[in-house]
Amino acid sequence: MTVQTILHHSFRIAKKDLTELFRNRLGLVLLIVMPLFMMVMVGFIYPSNGTITNLHVGVVNEDAGFNGVFMSNQAFLPGLNAINSQTHMLIMTNVSNTADLKDQVQRGALEGGIVIPSNFSESLMSGEQGTLIIVSDESNPQISATIQGALKGVFGAMGTAMAQQNVAPLNATNTLAVVQPLAVQTQGVVSGHPSYFDFIAPGIMAMTVMMSVMTGLPVAISQEKEIGTMDGMMVAPVNRLSILLGKTIAQTGRGLIQGVIILALAIGIFGVAIQGSILLVFALLLLGVFSFVGLGIVVTSFTKDQETAQMMMMTLMFPMMFLGGVFFPIQQMPWYMQDISKVLPLTYASDALRKVMVLGAGIPQISTDLIVLIVFGIVMIAIALPVFRKMMTR
Amino acid sequence: MGNTYILPQYIALNNIMIDVVTKMANESIIEVSHLTKMFKKFTAVDDISFDVKKGEIFGLLGPNGAGKSTTLRMLSTLSRPTKGTATIGGYDTVKHDMEVRKLIGIVSEKMIIYNRLTAKENLWFFGSLFNIPKDTLNKRIDDLLELVQLTKWKNAQVGTFSTGMRQRMNVVRALLNMPQVLFLDEPTLGLDPQSSVEIRDFVKKINQEQGTTVIITTHMMLDADLLCDRIAIIDHGKIIALDTSTNLKKIISGGDTMIIKLEVANLTPDMVSTVKALKCADAVTQENSTTMHIIVHGEEAFDSIIDTVRKNNGKITSMANLQPSLEDVFLHITGHEVRDSADQKIKQEHGPRFGSAPKRVR
Repeated sequence: MTVQTILHHSFRIAKKDLTELFRNRLGLVLLIVMPLFMMVMVGFIYPSNGTITNLHVGVVNEDAGFNGVFMSNQAFLPGLNAINSQTHMLIMTNVSNTADLKDQVQRGALEGGIVIPSNFSESLMSGEQGTLIIVSDESNPQISATIQGALKGVFGAMGTAMAQQNVAPLNATNTLAVVQPLAVQTQGVVSGHPSYFDFIAPGIMAMTVMMSVMTGLPVAISQEKEIGTMDGMMVAPVNRLSILLGKTIAQTGRGLIQGVIILALAIGIFGVAIQGSILLVFALLLLGVFSFVGLGIVVTSFTKDQETAQMMMMTLMFPMMFLGGVFFPIQQMPWYMQDISKVLPLTYASDALRKVMVLGAGIPQISTDLIVLIVFGIVMIAIALPVFRKMMTR
Repeated sequence: MGNTYILPQYIALNNIMIDVVTKMANESIIEVSHLTKMFKKFTAVDDISFDVKKGEIFGLLGPNGAGKSTTLRMLSTLSRPTKGTATIGGYDTVKHDMEVRKLIGIVSEKMIIYNRLTAKENLWFFGSLFNIPKDTLNKRIDDLLELVQLTKWKNAQVGTFSTGMRQRMNVVRALLNMPQVLFLDEPTLGLDPQSSVEIRDFVKKINQEQGTTVIITTHMMLDADLLCDRIAIIDHGKIIALDTSTNLKKIISGGDTMIIKLEVANLTPDMVSTVKALKCADAVTQENSTTMHIIVHGEEAFDSIIDTVRKNNGKITSMANLQPSLEDVFLHITGHEVRDSADQKIKQEHGPRFGSAPKRVR
């Protein structure tokens, strides 16, 4: 049996599988809808910095004033309003007292609040620190953190303004430099402001393409075994490798179609820009497939029917999805989970893809990822082939 | 002048041809020796040996789970024997599986056909796996579709076909490589009587016109009786009888064994069991609420049965001495009905097997 015959047979099988796929209308629709859902869900639900707006916040002004001067009304609140009119982070409502504010937060009418204590003006005017109290909804850490962040911004700006007034008599040319001698400026590797979509799009692409092989292969093979058509291929003078290869080609094709759909959606709808080479992106996707094929074959060999295959894939898929750094940076995870994610090929594929798509990296910058994927793929296939051979002739 | 020289050569050649033909007629194409298949501790096929002659229709008859399909799977290289060997056309099914596969075609109860492909695409796909040249394959597909009257539907998806049409496709698919040996695993299961007849006739036609050797497994006694040159009766993984249908029936009619169909108007279960207890009764089955089917031996068999029934106040409405059927042969040899053991097996559900799984339609 020559290599040419093996390849010829596998292309026949791949063509047959893809024809079947394209005849399945509902399946095709789902093929397109699934990645769309994934992008929309993940992209919109997980907020990136500064995306929370229009939070309902109560303001309790208990400031008693000092010598007829009300710092709250004359300085703080106008300052807060001025900043808020630019960012639209908060929607402020006046509340009579602290107890009422807490009650409204508990009822969910407000998402948080600011209390200006009675000694606010007095403290500030007599040279002490002015204190403000933030009442936050602890059941929702995300929102509470945002309010705190917003208020800290206002306080910071106000504090700086007040300090600048205080140092004005010093006749400094730049009062800001006196008050805040250090400033931070962030500069990314590429220009523009990458959004959360830029982070997840490469990850989802890597995941979909690789998973399609890992999940599709066992399901496709066990399905044919179950309905009996596998016997038809097995009694033909066809190398078992051709069956495996043909199925893999078909599943890779399916995965790449999904990958392209995600890419199109990411660019067209979510405004993701690809900095690196698009050819490298596809090469990486194929490499990802290669690294996952072995794993898919092993699963195929161990599952007898379609149902088990599907359940097994679900069980493997979920940890991979979350540990592979697709949705969250792995740096956010506890150390032991980071260790696990370091043995998953998906981690390296999504990392490499992200570097190429977002940071415009070339092959030298992702060489570690490439080596890991290639080695992983070779090792898994070396394990998988004997296992598969044994399974096919039970 | 020239003719006188050619003539002796021609005669010699002719003699050789006759030799070859007679040799072929007696030549075994399949040789099975001590074939055994075990699934964990369960022995599905238990040390069976038999030969199949070239051009023969050979039947494996037995209840579900008797080991027929497992035997067929081993012969068609789909399953590895635990012990023993089988050769097809001289090739070992394990060592030379690729050579064996070129010689065989398989029709199983689970239809090997893709519902989302058209009739022609299906045949084209399976044909291309056999490395048949394009033109030859194209012609063969057209011929085969014509043969089973599916030419009209060659571009329709097989999923839209009736069960009978799909089974015809399934049979034709197995003929793409013009196999020397055709394996048929319960080919008429789940088909209506008319489609069954069609398939049966078709198999016979292929056998006669192309000299294809056919191995057929079935639990349908009628199929086996009508089709097969020789029949091996299999029960619990062992071949318990192997002969022509006529000879098998002689096991019954040759001795002093008789088959009686007895109709009793007021038949009771008690009556059946008293008849069963009689020394002369080999096997008793109740066919319906009034009819018993009894295999008996001995000269006084008629009398003692009539006496017993009368003693139990049975009103005999009719009594007939039947020609033995294969069913009776099976009953006589194993002591149980084909259907009985089939039911038992399904309940036991041991080991992976084919035929007992529920049918699945996509």
